Parts: sequence; structure tokens; C-alpha cells
Amino acid sequence: MSERVAVRKTYKLFIGGKFPRSESGRSYLVQDANVSLASRKDARDAVVAARAAVKGWAGATAYNRGQILYRAAEMLEGRREQFVALGVPGDEVDAAVDRWVWYAGWSDKLAQVYGGANPVAGPYFNLSAPEPTGVVAVVAPERPALLGLVSVIAPAIVTGNTVVVATSPTEPLAAVTLAEVLATSDLPGGVVNLLTGRITETAPTLAAHMDVNAIDLTGVTDAELAADLEVKAAANLKRVLRPAPADHDWFADPGLGRMTTLLETKTVWHPKGV
Amino acid sequence: MFEYAPAPESRSVVDIKPAYGLFVDGTFVDPVDGGSFKSINPASEEVLAEIAEGGAQDVDRAVRAARTAYEKVWGPMPGRDRAKYLFRIARIIQERSRELAVLESLDNGKPIKESRDVDIPLVAAHFFYYAGWADKLPYAGFGPDPKPLGVAAQVIPWNFPLLMLAWKIAPALAAGNTVVLKPAETTPLTALLFAEICQQADLPAGVVNIVTGAGETGRALVEHPGVDKVAFTGSTEVGRAIARAVAGTRKKLTLELGGKAANIVFDDAPIDQAVEGIVNGIFFNQGHVCCAGSRLLIQESVADRVLESLKRRMAQLRVGDPLDKNTDIGAINSAAQLARIRELSDAGSAEGAERWSPPCELPERGFWFAPTIFTGVTQAHRIAREEIFGPVLSVLTFRTPAEAVEKANNTPYGLSAGIWTDKGSRILWMADRLRAGVVWANTFNKFDPTSPFGGYKESGYGREGGRHGLEAYLNV
Repeated sequence: MSERVAVRKTYKLFIGGKFPRSESGRSYLVQDANVSLASRKDARDAVVAARAAVKGWAGATAYNRGQILYRAAEMLEGRREQFVALGVPGDEVDAAVDRWVWYAGWSDKLAQVYGGANPVAGPYFNLSAPEPTGVVAVVAPERPALLGLVSVIAPAIVTGNTVVVATSPTEPLAAVTLAEVLATSDLPGGVVNLLTGRITETAPTLAAHMDVNAIDLTGVTDAELAADLEVKAAANLKRVLRPAPADHDWFADPGLGRMTTLLETKTVWHPKGV
Repeated sequence: MFEYAPAPESRSVVDIKPAYGLFVDGTFVDPVDGGSFKSINPASEEVLAEIAEGGAQDVDRAVRAARTAYEKVWGPMPGRDRAKYLFRIARIIQERSRELAVLESLDNGKPIKESRDVDIPLVAAHFFYYAGWADKLPYAGFGPDPKPLGVAAQVIPWNFPLLMLAWKIAPALAAGNTVVLKPAETTPLTALLFAEICQQADLPAGVVNIVTGAGETGRALVEHPGVDKVAFTGSTEVGRAIARAVAGTRKKLTLELGGKAANIVFDDAPIDQAVEGIVNGIFFNQGHVCCAGSRLLIQESVADRVLESLKRRMAQLRVGDPLDKNTDIGAINSAAQLARIRELSDAGSAEGAERWSPPCELPERGFWFAPTIFTGVTQAHRIAREEIFGPVLSVLTFRTPAEAVEKANNTPYGLSAGIWTDKGSRILWMADRLRAGVVWANTFNKFDPTSPFGGYKESGYGREGGRHGLEAYLNV
């Protein structure tokens, strides 16, 4: 009897709920695997998918979004060993699951904490409530590959945004595996789109894209590139989350800032009368 | 039609000096390079005063003064005491409200009834509101010990000169920052009177610095490496340039930019109220309002009735002397703005829209533009896409609520929107779908210090007013 030959996994992009190869047909060798090398066209396709998903996801009830994200945490927990096999430390996987659950719970609470009634000096009903900004481009931190990725995706989508993420170029396998988690979590296709490859190739396209509403530069370590992306983002006045400091503690309480920077506040007035 | 006798407010209440210096470190100083420009009354083209033009060295001096005040005085001061200074300022504004209102109308051209009943009361209210926050910041929802940013560079527009100053300075000071503010070059006078009010309140030197000048002065201020925060209200074009200028720095940025708001009238709306709202939406402050309801969307079945009523109402509007208490529409703020309004209105006619203004006699001197509506406007017309910032209304029609949403959102801007209907569920359905920071339902152009104001999309980011307004000036 010969020893059984293992079935290897093909690591591909995650766009619109599907796992396509790069339209460019390119891949790069990293973590002992051939990983898709996303092109500028892939980035644009991902934005189209993300935009198409906004209406349904932003329009879903907060309860529903919370349920789906909690389901994703369940799937993440279930793949714990798979992430460990990819080299993600066990405590990082645990922290990533906990972080996902923490954010999932915010879906139906943030509007109460961050919005509210305004006591205006007149006979008016006046209410401010947060709304998602739309499509968010994210440059994920290079490492920690899983906790860092979860910590930038979850706060963006829990409030109803959709994302296009440029993943860690050096440790992309955790990202592709996370895509498999999301694909099996009732998350509508297009809410999360993942591009593996070079930041320098995809991020400028996303920063300059006129149908992207915000950009999270957390994972950009090159100050010059970060400044260039911010300049590009000004073309349509994207909301910008600037790069995280090099010594950022990913295990610490993240606060509300990642969510609130990617939100708009809408204030509605109506007269009172009989 | 009534005949109105003139009812002018007396200008003797204001004492305008022939020349003003820069307000730096608690005193008025001459600019280093000695440049100056004139501020004129747009209703008469009379020169009101000679104003110092701040250069890069003046900006530097002001930023240093603000830094010193931040480190030595204002930063370490307990919030309780910062609050008391802001309360003092609010009170002095109330006490000197008549003077401020007349000066605002003289320098800006807006009707006295608006500066007196809207601008100045809101200015006082804004300082009063944020004064109360100064010693309550740990309860504002930004963590147990939120910190100020440091020195704030603030650049404001000419449409609500003192009100925009209040929106910038009150939250900045409440949060513990010091400021260098540049008023618009056509309307610096109330900011300079505000500097005197700071002196009268014994506000520590350097906490508020006012550097007058034009675009170059503003650029020097925004780009100064010693500022920690940039806040700008003005055009989207300049806002974009500022966003590029602060790229790669750690300066926190908030922008309140242009708009092209849809004011949507459904067939079940109370027509008379809606017409009042339409008039208020576009003719308030000569239409020099970033959140003006400059695109009127009327449901097709009532379009004729609404337009007929609107025209009848427009014929009653009194255009003229801003200091006359009966005046509804004052002067256009500057020759340059008048030229822009004319250019876009001419484009409206050239592109095939139908132009209408009521018969209306305009004064000979000064900058004036009759209230104007365009019908037969399509979404492709420039007057439906570009911000005119004047008393010019573009009228479009729609058939279904979904079409109204589609048309309302078909703009890169997203500052405000209006809805007129008697049906509550439709208001809420519409409000959910309009991509705009402020939605006025069965009202328009209402403002309050407790109520966050600011845009979606290319109308900028950040909010002014309310608890949200503190966030722009805290390290969160």
C-alpha cells in the first residue's frame, strides 16, 4: 500500500462571495503556497462587488448583522486548529475569536451609544443616528496576520459597511482561510472582499477609486506610501484612518474609534405640533 | 400689496475703526510685512475698514502664541474655569448683540432680521452650550480622560462669519485647545470685534488668535507644522486641497464643505407650509448657505400648484437694504460671488432651462441678484449639479418616492435634504435613504448648538454641534 497523497488547497482571492484567481493569471510563492497576486483590475472588480453588497448589508437589521457576525465567530472557533497549522499562535486565534464576538455585539448597541436625541431650543423632534459610510478600503496589518485582520474587518462591517481588504503580503494564508470562514457564515457575498498580493499594487487603486467612501491605512508601514495614499484619497474626500503606530498592541481594548471613523451621523428634524 | 416705509436699523450702535491689526497673543499687532486689504459693505461698496493681511511670519507668531497659551495656561486650567471664560464670552455676546448684528449685516450684506434673530442668538447659544461641556468631558463618551489636541488652525467662510467662528472656537476651547482662526477676507469685522470681546472677558492671552487675510494666509496656517488640528468650512475644492496638504501629517482634520441639497415635496404636503420651506431653504441668507435647498424636487401631480404658489410668494420678497428690518433678501457678499451666480444662471438659460424672477427693483450700487427659479431643469444641467451659492433654485419633478431618492442622491455632495409630506412613515422611509448629514422633514434650515451638523460624501467629514462636535477637538 502506498501512502495516501494529500489534496492540497489552492489559495485564491475572495470577491463577491466567490473565490476567483487573479484576472491577471499571476500568483506568488509565499508560505510555501502559490497565492493569487491581485491586480489593479481585481481591486476594481472587488469595489464593484463591495458596492453591490452595500444596499442589502446596510439595509439589514442590526440584529441580523449581529447574528451573522456571531455565526462567523462560531465558524472561526471551529477552524482553530487549521489556523494554528498555518502558524498562527493559539492565543492569537482565541483573541481573534473574542474580538469578533465583541464587535458582533456592537451591531445593535452602537446607535444608542453614539447617537441620540438632541434637546434643541424649539418645538422639534431632533435625532442623530450613525449610518455606514459605504465601501471601505482596508490595508490590513502585516502581522498579527489573523488578529490584525479581524481587528480591521469586524469594526468596518458590523455597522453596515462593505470592505475591500488588501491582506498581509507576507502572511496571506490566514486571510484566505478567514475568507472560507466568512463564506460559510451567511455573510452576503461582497460584504468582505480580500485581495492577496502587493500593497503597492492594489492600495493606490483603492485609494484613488471614486466609488470608495473611506480608507483604513492601518497596515501601511511606509510613511511615504501612506502620505501618497492619503493624497489620493482626498480626490473624493474619503474618510481616512491613518496607519497604526508600530508598537500598537493588538490585544488591547480597541475602543470605538475604528467603528466611528467609518460612520456618518445623520440628524433628522421634524416639527412638533397638533 | 402693501407699501412699506423704510425701517432702517441705526448703524450708530457700531464703532468701526479705520484700520485693524491682527489679534495675536491677546493684543492687536501690525503684520510683519505691513500688507493690508479693504473690507467693504457689499450693499453700497463703501469701504468699511482697512484690514491687516497676515503673512507666513504672522501666522507663525500666532501659532507660537497659541502653543504657549496651550502649554502654560489653557491646557493645565481646570475645565471648570475654562467653562467660566466661555460663559463670560456667551454673556458678552448677548449683551452686545445689537452691535454684532448691525456689524454683521454691514460687512456681510445679510438682512438685519437674520443677523439679529438667527446668527447672533445662535452664536451666544453655541458658546453657552459648549461652556457647559468644558468640565464634563469625561462624560462625553470618548473615554474617561479625553485629551485636547493642542493648537487648532481654523479657517471659516463669509456666509455666517460670526456663527462659523462660534462653531469653530467654542468646542475647541471647551475641549482645552487653543486656536488660530482666519476669517474670510470679505467678512473679517465681527471676528475682530470678537477679539475685543475676548479681551473684555479677560480670556488669557494667546488662547484665541485671529489672523486676517485671504487664501495665502489660510494656506500658511493650515500648512504650519506647529498646528495639531485643522478645521475648515468652505468650498469642496479648497477642502480637497487641504486634505492633500495634511496628508502624511498627524494633524486631525474636519471639513464642512459644499452642498446641493434636494428639497422634496410630495403631493400630500401642506402646500403653503412647503412653499414657506422652499423659500426659506433657498432664499435665506441670499442662498449663501452650504446646506441650502437648491434643488427643488416636486412630485409631478402637484408641480403646477406648487410653482404657482411659489411664484406668488416670491413676488412678496423684499430685496434691498440689509439694515432695513423689512428686508428679506440682502446683498450678495462680493463682486466675485455675484459673477459666479451670474455665470451659472446664464449657463442654466443656455442649457435650456426656463428662468423666472419676480419683478423686483434692485439698488444701483452694491451687489444684488433677484430671487430666481429655473424650471425644466434636468439632472445633467450645471445648475442641477454645481453649487451656485446664491438665490437661485433649480426645479425638477419626480413621480415615485424611489425616483425622488434616486434624484436626491445623484450628487457628489451630501450635506442636507428636505422632505415635505403629511405621511410619517414616508418621512422615515425617505430619511433612511437620503445620503445627507441633516434631513429636515416639514421644516428647513434649522440649526441648534445641540444638534450635530455635517456632511456625507464630498460635503466633508466630522460634525459640528452637539456631543459629536467635541470629537473634532479631542484626541480620540
